Amino acid sequence: MASITLKTPHSGDYEQPTGLFINNEFVKAVDGKTFEVINPTDETVICSVQEASEKDVDLAVAAARKAFQGEWRLKTTPEQRGKYLVNLADLFEENMDLLAAVESLDNGKAITMAKGDVGACVGCLRYYGGWADKIEGKVVDTSPDAFNYIRKEPIGVCGQIIPWNFPLLMWAWKIGPAVATGNCVVIKTAEQTPLSALVACTLIKKAGFPPGVINVISGFGKIAGAALSSHMDVDKVAFTGSTVVGRQIMKAAAGSNLKRVTLELGGKSPNIVFADADIDNAISWVNFGIYYNHGQCCCAGSRVYVQEGIYDKFIQRFKERAAKNAVGDPFHEDTFQGPQVSQLQFDRIMGYIEEGKKAGATVEVGGNRIGTKGFFIEPTIFSNVTEDMKIVQEEIFGPVCTVSKFKTKEEVIELGNNTTYGLAAAVHTTNLNTAIEVANSLKAGTVWVNSYNSLHWQLPFGGVKESGHGRELGEAALDNYLQTKTVSIRLGDALFG
Amino acid sequence: MSNLSIELEAPNGRKWTQPTGLFINNEFVASTSKQTIESIDPATELRIAEVHTASAEDVDKAVQAAKKALKHESWKHMSGTDRGILMAKLADLIEEEKELLATIDAWDNGKPYSVALGDDLPETIGTIRYYSGWADKTYGQTISTTRAKFAYTLRQPIGVVAQIIPWNYPLSMAAWKLGPALACGNTVVLKAAEQTPLSILVLGTLIKKAGFPPGVVNLINGYGREAGAALVQHPLVDKVAFTGSTATASQIMKMAARTLKNITLETGGKSPLIVFEDCDLEQAIKWSHYGIMSNQGQICTATSRLFVHSSIYEKFLQAFKAQVKEVSKVGDQWDESTFQGPQVTRAQYDRILSYIAIGKSEGATLLCGGEAQGGKGFYIQPTVFTDVKDSMRISREEIFGPVVTISSFESEEEVISRANDTTYGLGASVFTKDLERAHRVAEEMEAGMVWINSSQDCDFRVPFGGVKQSGIGRELGEAGLEAYTQVKAVHINMGTKL
Repeated sequence: MASITLKTPHSGDYEQPTGLFINNEFVKAVDGKTFEVINPTDETVICSVQEASEKDVDLAVAAARKAFQGEWRLKTTPEQRGKYLVNLADLFEENMDLLAAVESLDNGKAITMAKGDVGACVGCLRYYGGWADKIEGKVVDTSPDAFNYIRKEPIGVCGQIIPWNFPLLMWAWKIGPAVATGNCVVIKTAEQTPLSALVACTLIKKAGFPPGVINVISGFGKIAGAALSSHMDVDKVAFTGSTVVGRQIMKAAAGSNLKRVTLELGGKSPNIVFADADIDNAISWVNFGIYYNHGQCCCAGSRVYVQEGIYDKFIQRFKERAAKNAVGDPFHEDTFQGPQVSQLQFDRIMGYIEEGKKAGATVEVGGNRIGTKGFFIEPTIFSNVTEDMKIVQEEIFGPVCTVSKFKTKEEVIELGNNTTYGLAAAVHTTNLNTAIEVANSLKAGTVWVNSYNSLHWQLPFGGVKESGHGRELGEAALDNYLQTKTVSIRLGDALFG
Repeated sequence: MSNLSIELEAPNGRKWTQPTGLFINNEFVASTSKQTIESIDPATELRIAEVHTASAEDVDKAVQAAKKALKHESWKHMSGTDRGILMAKLADLIEEEKELLATIDAWDNGKPYSVALGDDLPETIGTIRYYSGWADKTYGQTISTTRAKFAYTLRQPIGVVAQIIPWNYPLSMAAWKLGPALACGNTVVLKAAEQTPLSILVLGTLIKKAGFPPGVVNLINGYGREAGAALVQHPLVDKVAFTGSTATASQIMKMAARTLKNITLETGGKSPLIVFEDCDLEQAIKWSHYGIMSNQGQICTATSRLFVHSSIYEKFLQAFKAQVKEVSKVGDQWDESTFQGPQVTRAQYDRILSYIAIGKSEGATLLCGGEAQGGKGFYIQPTVFTDVKDSMRISREEIFGPVVTISSFESEEEVISRANDTTYGLGASVFTKDLERAHRVAEEMEAGMVWINSSQDCDFRVPFGGVKQSGIGRELGEAGLEAYTQVKAVHINMGTKL
């Protein structure tokens, strides 16, 4: 199926595939439906791409199943699997500028940030490439009458539903561990941001992957996503997105074939600054913690707690810092914050800002739209908030944070944990014991000390409570894609007559 | 000797500039020693080239370079991921030069070029690539003790590692050593074997090209008694890894004992291969032939003692003899049909012939072979002794040539006992179709590795090493990393007050 020619200020003209990527080819949707992709910087239509219906999901799943039962499991060695992933990493590196440009075009993130994302994709794919031939089981000695061993086997066909906030990075996080451990995948990208994954698909065949191992479809959650999560021939579904949808996916899995589920959902992560913190560094990290990626991070440090001794100083300097964040065209090299991803998200965030104002919180800085075209919102800080306010309890997913005062370590641990979420948290302090005690007491999957949003492919990432189950990244992610089989060989005669 | 390189052309027409110096700090330098090492083509007995040999002073230079590099931030602060990237690059560069490197090892060692290209090089490349993936996947632990303590362990490099490798698989042996050492962040001084000094120096050019900081990998040639001894005893060397003869290993252990150096050793073997009556006979013949006759019998894990069940003994002997006749074509490295090349040096050749003479004098029956091939080159006929008693020297001592002993057995219990009746314990092979027997016998073998229905069937992802006098420690697989890290425990006091 032919691609179309698009253009970005960073890459110039490029070929954008628009089909569904099944069996290493781009194909039209069975019903021929398409949907529009919007540029959040100027609200124009970039192009249309094929939309997957249940029929296309069936085809993609069948392709993955065929590959899994065939060449991928029977012929491809773990070493080769690893080499393909490393090849893909190398190809990502070679095509960094193009991939970053498409990401900025579709998602609206700054080009410098998009390049950072692509670099992280390279690291992630290469890292998992190294794991492929290092999947090990155990031999367990129970008695002289038995030889027992444990095998770690791939699960089979995995459905993976990814979000729009880091389109390529989320794609790499899912493919890496799933493919390294020998599974085949069907990935549904987010309807807001289908483009960069399709460009990445042009590299899959080149990297050496046999057809059917990695399939990528564009489509809507309600249709294609729902079809994947309830499909009787999908063995596992992995989802990153909102907690609301996460619940539906769990229900769909339960209602179909009890497929395994891992979820990486929302957060309302506390970012805690003690009076003995290095205040300059803390300001920098707190700013980055909420405004990075326009606040569109599941782990965003959206609730800031500052110890009373430095509160006034902190708030003053944080206001100034937030106002300095360069908001503008993603393709300008100086831009830090681009537009929010869509009209829907924009409206939602502005709605929360109104809620905050109505509830009586103080707008320290920001609180308004920027300009009239493009989904741009000012970096916003609310102070004088109470814990029960919506803006303190609910995930906003935009460049909006709340700042509160606290007195003691015990108090802030309780405040930090006062949420149904548990994705991330941070502690800023120069005191060793405070750092360790607070980090150990916060209910979160990741705690940063004196930094924020410092993810790395070697370190497990995921949530507790309603932020999800399972961990991605690191060695931990491999377990999401393996099942344990015990083989027990009897070395002796029958026990019973 | 002043030249640091020489233009060479191999008999297969391949031409290259062969470095001849010592590779220290990413440069080739002349040695201070007046001695040189001659590389001889074992097929023609003609000299290929002369290389510099390291004196004790040169060894000191190399160790100092490794020590400096260990502490320099360019290596010390390099992330595991980045170390892995350098190693992957090295693997890619070796792959690009595989024909050249295979040519050098074939010419220098005597093994057939097709084997060097088809076996040695993929193993070398695969091993480095495999360990490149481990570089950012080694962990310490957090350990739960009491509320008043936060305890964790760090995995840190051991430091400057001295690695002494043998001549039987020059490049593969280098890869087995460098892989885990570099993955874990150590710096290295590696001494190649004096019988095969050439390919390691070309590897040096690739180390530099891959981008390793200077001093991280130093590659030298030298005589065991001088350079090897200097290396093992050097006060700044933190660990010694040696593969070679048990006799030399014992010397090394003594030298290392003085300063309590951390050592790992991989030495000799006299590995048994047991053929039960319920085996697939055709496969047993093929594998048992391969298990002793490949690489000219110059394999530490060679299954050199065959035990065949009495009920199939005669049948086995005839089939084995036929297999030798059909497959063990003796010839030079460049002839595509060669299975067995010359032995690596005159010294090895003489040693093997003397064992053949011993076998004859001990009264074993010669089924085939038993003589030197004759003519130029260190060629020996593939030799099979039968009716061998366990007490014969040819059954007890490692010959390291294309010489196998075959005897018969009656019961499983008997053969297990006889197979284990050796000071060695490197490999063992068992041929049977009976599932229970296979696992049971594997458990009983006093060996670091057991092959069921194969022989010499290694994989760099699976641990390799010996028990008893075949060595200390394991190489390859995840297990291979253990020898190259040390565990440091860190205790943070979270509340215990005096």
